[in-house]
Amino acid sequence: MAIKRVSGRKADELRPIKAEVGIIPNADGSAMFSFGDTVAIVAVYGPRQLHPQHMQDPSTGILRVNYDLLSFSVSDRKRPGPSRRSTEISKVIEWALLPVLNIKDFPNTVIDVQIYILQADASTRVAGINAASMALAHAGIPMKNLVCAVAIGKLDKDLVVDVDKDEEDFEKGEGATDFPIAKIANSDEYTLMQLDGKIQPEIVKKALEMADKACDEIYEIQKKALKEVVEK
Amino acid sequence: MSSMEISNLTRNVLKSIFAKGKRFDKRGLLDMKDFELEYGVSNMAEGSARVKLGKTDVVVGIKLSTGEPYPDSLDKGNLAVSGDLLPLASPRFESGPPKFKGIELPRLIDRMVRESGMLDFKKLVIKKGENVWNVFIDIYPINDDGALIDAASIACVAALKNAVFPGIDENGNADYKKRTKNKLPLSKEIVPISFTFYKLDESMIIHPTREEEEACDAKITFGISKWNGQFMVNSCQKGWESTFTKEEIEKIMEILPKKYEEIMKKLNKFLK
Repeated sequence: MAIKRVSGRKADELRPIKAEVGIIPNADGSAMFSFGDTVAIVAVYGPRQLHPQHMQDPSTGILRVNYDLLSFSVSDRKRPGPSRRSTEISKVIEWALLPVLNIKDFPNTVIDVQIYILQADASTRVAGINAASMALAHAGIPMKNLVCAVAIGKLDKDLVVDVDKDEEDFEKGEGATDFPIAKIANSDEYTLMQLDGKIQPEIVKKALEMADKACDEIYEIQKKALKEVVEK
Repeated sequence: MSSMEISNLTRNVLKSIFAKGKRFDKRGLLDMKDFELEYGVSNMAEGSARVKLGKTDVVVGIKLSTGEPYPDSLDKGNLAVSGDLLPLASPRFESGPPKFKGIELPRLIDRMVRESGMLDFKKLVIKKGENVWNVFIDIYPINDDGALIDAASIACVAALKNAVFPGIDENGNADYKKRTKNKLPLSKEIVPISFTFYKLDESMIIHPTREEEEACDAKITFGISKWNGQFMVNSCQKGWESTFTKEEIEKIMEILPKKYEEIMKKLNKFLK
């Protein structure tokens, strides 16, 4: 007996996705990615000289990610400025993107990735990762592949793909589990895994397989958006 | 900074001995460190515990105070986990505002405790909508020799089990001079513990020493507990610049319940 989703979606159905590249003229690379009502925009600056100079590393470049919500992107106004939550998410996104970058080829430099959420309906970090991956490619930074990300949810006993806010707040039975996952496209290498909730160890594999399928769809959309900007 | 980083030489030696399934301290790659636990770090705390996991030594104290509930959870008490990586515990730790490691540690413990359902937040209400108990879990490493989060998780659970409520005065404030014998509203069954798996090349290890930990290029932390007779993963976070494959995650999911039972076998003797 599968759970009925408030949105009426099937268990493996993503929300409508929009992806666009080249949305911020000042940036070296930029992109927008949305899952339904969750909208992320990203600007990439660099590789550029890292200041202050003492932070420069002659053995490697540095990836610096900043993720945050705009104050009015959530129902209770978010106090502007960094929090423990945004600091942690920025760092895990950095780790999610690093495996595809040859960052050692850019010694003494920094690549800045600025991720902001305009409107939040859960799954914000994974929307941010999808946009950031496109923006890095748009900036012309050599990458092994794109990174694709999606949040798998578990509502009571059922797995669902692309969690929205109604689902994040689900409380019956085994409750809600939020399981954001990022991977290198077309591989079985996961670059981000976070989890909150209750999930049996033997189900984790099924959740990863569900994420694989969703990421295949997301990958096609990312590639299409990148091609569009090149052809323009 | 750079002088503190592990040398390539050390990393390469560890790579080659891990590939042979060996470690300097004679453990197998997935063998855990032994731990010791004691209570009563501070008699001013409502509960406290100290865990030595190998040479890693961490103290955790529980303080309880009363206060207003959050507007979005009027019928629940509050939990706040903090951690301070004292420069006392390692030449790697510096004083000043918390660096990332000092933010990650308490957040991982917070999610593990909160999501497991170990603590019944509704039973922390003194007067609905007005006065509730705040539970503070404060973590301080005394000596960091790797696997700090895993050691801290054991100490946190023990300190929570060990804590008793203070009295309440006529104004609804905590009266620390009148300690009660009432324990926190904790589930008997649910006892979450964290396990972090570390990767260097293809090798996976658990409970690293500091040197081993610093050589690794990926880690993943899982909080696991038992709920209604089944194992439940309650929290997870992958860290650092490398990846985990599906095969590796599957392997971890098989090992996790076994490691949990192994720790619980010993921990249950301490938890009353």
